[in-house]
Amino acid sequence: MSRIACGAAWGGASLAAAVAPLLLPTWQTQLAFLWVMIVFALTWDVLGGQAGYNSFGNVVFFGVGMYACAVVQRDSGLGYFQGLFAGTACGAALAVVAAAILGAGLLGLRGHYFAIGTLGVGIAAGELAAGWDFIGAGGGMVPPPFPGGLGGRERFFCYLCLSIAALTVALLRWLYAGRFGLALNAIRDDEDKAEAMGLYTTRYKITAWCVAAFLLGLTGGVFGNLAGFIDPREVAFAGSTFGVWMVLMAILGGKGTLLGPIIGAVIFHVTKELFWTYLLGWQRVALGLLVVLIVVFFPTGILGWARARWPERFA
Amino acid sequence: MGARQVAGALRVNAILEVRGVRKSFGGVAANRDIDLTIPRGGIYGLIGPNGSGKTTLFNSIVGHHPIDAGSIRFAGREISSLRVPQIARLGLLRTFQQTRTYVRMTCLQNLLISIPPAELGWKSWFRESPAADRLKAAEILDFVGLSPARDARAGELSFGQQKLLELAMALMSEPAMLLLDEPTAGVNPTLINELLERLRRINAERGITLFVIEHNMPVIMGLAEYIYCLAHGELLAQGRPEEIQTDPRVLDAYLGAR
Repeated sequence: MSRIACGAAWGGASLAAAVAPLLLPTWQTQLAFLWVMIVFALTWDVLGGQAGYNSFGNVVFFGVGMYACAVVQRDSGLGYFQGLFAGTACGAALAVVAAAILGAGLLGLRGHYFAIGTLGVGIAAGELAAGWDFIGAGGGMVPPPFPGGLGGRERFFCYLCLSIAALTVALLRWLYAGRFGLALNAIRDDEDKAEAMGLYTTRYKITAWCVAAFLLGLTGGVFGNLAGFIDPREVAFAGSTFGVWMVLMAILGGKGTLLGPIIGAVIFHVTKELFWTYLLGWQRVALGLLVVLIVVFFPTGILGWARARWPERFA
Repeated sequence: MGARQVAGALRVNAILEVRGVRKSFGGVAANRDIDLTIPRGGIYGLIGPNGSGKTTLFNSIVGHHPIDAGSIRFAGREISSLRVPQIARLGLLRTFQQTRTYVRMTCLQNLLISIPPAELGWKSWFRESPAADRLKAAEILDFVGLSPARDARAGELSFGQQKLLELAMALMSEPAMLLLDEPTAGVNPTLINELLERLRRINAERGITLFVIEHNMPVIMGLAEYIYCLAHGELLAQGRPEEIQTDPRVLDAYLGAR
């Protein structure tokens, strides 16, 4: 694709995203979820796609952000919007701290060992949250109600989630264009070689995880308010849903690219919602089948498949 | 001048000094009491039959595994307790016997991320590679003859081209010393002479000290000014190529008459 066509496509998509809530007011909550899914896929891809480190624990940062935000909103005595702002900021900061600490411990592990380690962390986080009274234990938490009418709430969260997704795209696009992106790709291709060339690979990996955690922490804080209820295992540390979906969406679209995870998230979210609407009762079976089909027919993702099919368009 | 005198005279300006290095894997002694000295600016060779401990010695030098005993000094500094990236950052790089490049990245990208590690500070992480890097990369790709493959993925190159790319990556990093593990293995015989010519130019024009493992005897005899020979994990012989070529111990080791 030429530079101009590429810019036009991004511009058109941005414009469509910006006016969609106005044109389709009944779809605003769905759209908000879609933006969150895009953030999920893109942030998973930072380490999973660009650096080749498959994490099944990224949902931890999402949950940490969500709880931190809810606690700030509950205990700070601030108004709704100030509380939400301070809360998401704290949530993002705490998620980064969590990523730095977990990363220092886990990112010395390679390949499958890292994946298994993150899986353990994800499960442990849910269990810990479900047993900690300060954050409501198994009963969960309820963020303060949105002031004002119901329609305003939906529009507010739709645009808030859209801005986080836009921030994610912009931030990652900038990071991938620099040496940081090259270093992550080098680690993905041959980490021993990268070390032999003098790269402190663990530092890059931890930073990559912190970037993902920052964005997931922000999203988590907002998502708790959007959902209106925080359950430790089903919403905050939902490893078997959000945690797995992150990976699937990135792989479906094409990991290791900026566009792939976005495409994957859109297709996955739409398909999933269709299953829930038209195949109720069988929706999980259908989703499982979809996963199998993705892995069998699109092992390199839709973007990877398209690139192999029409290489001249990606020159 | 005898071999010992050559080594002795050059010790004054040694860039790499290996003393009494010992490394065992389980009960197998891969390296036993290895002593060698490489002068700054030299082209030295390391030969020996398969399994004689050449690559193990390279791995010990670059910090790939800890050594059991002995001392390794690079540019006057003890490096035997440092880890791989730390040693690389001092300007001591190695290439791999199996050839390692970043296979899904383009040749140009392979070079852009191989800039001297000192230029890879925190602040530079988030900047695009400057024009100067691209210029330097283009120049080095030209030097190794890979300009036409600039935008090809490294994994799509032939094995010989990947060897050249790995060499280009090392050059991009501006090392003081380069350990080359079988640089001509798998390279088309007609390209070997070109490769050797480039290695000599790297040494002469960029002042990079070379220490080369090589199985191809005519190649190493023509390239190196001084050769160390390992056998069964021990230093068997050392000397100038013509001395090594006629050394009965070396001939025995290679013919298996030991």
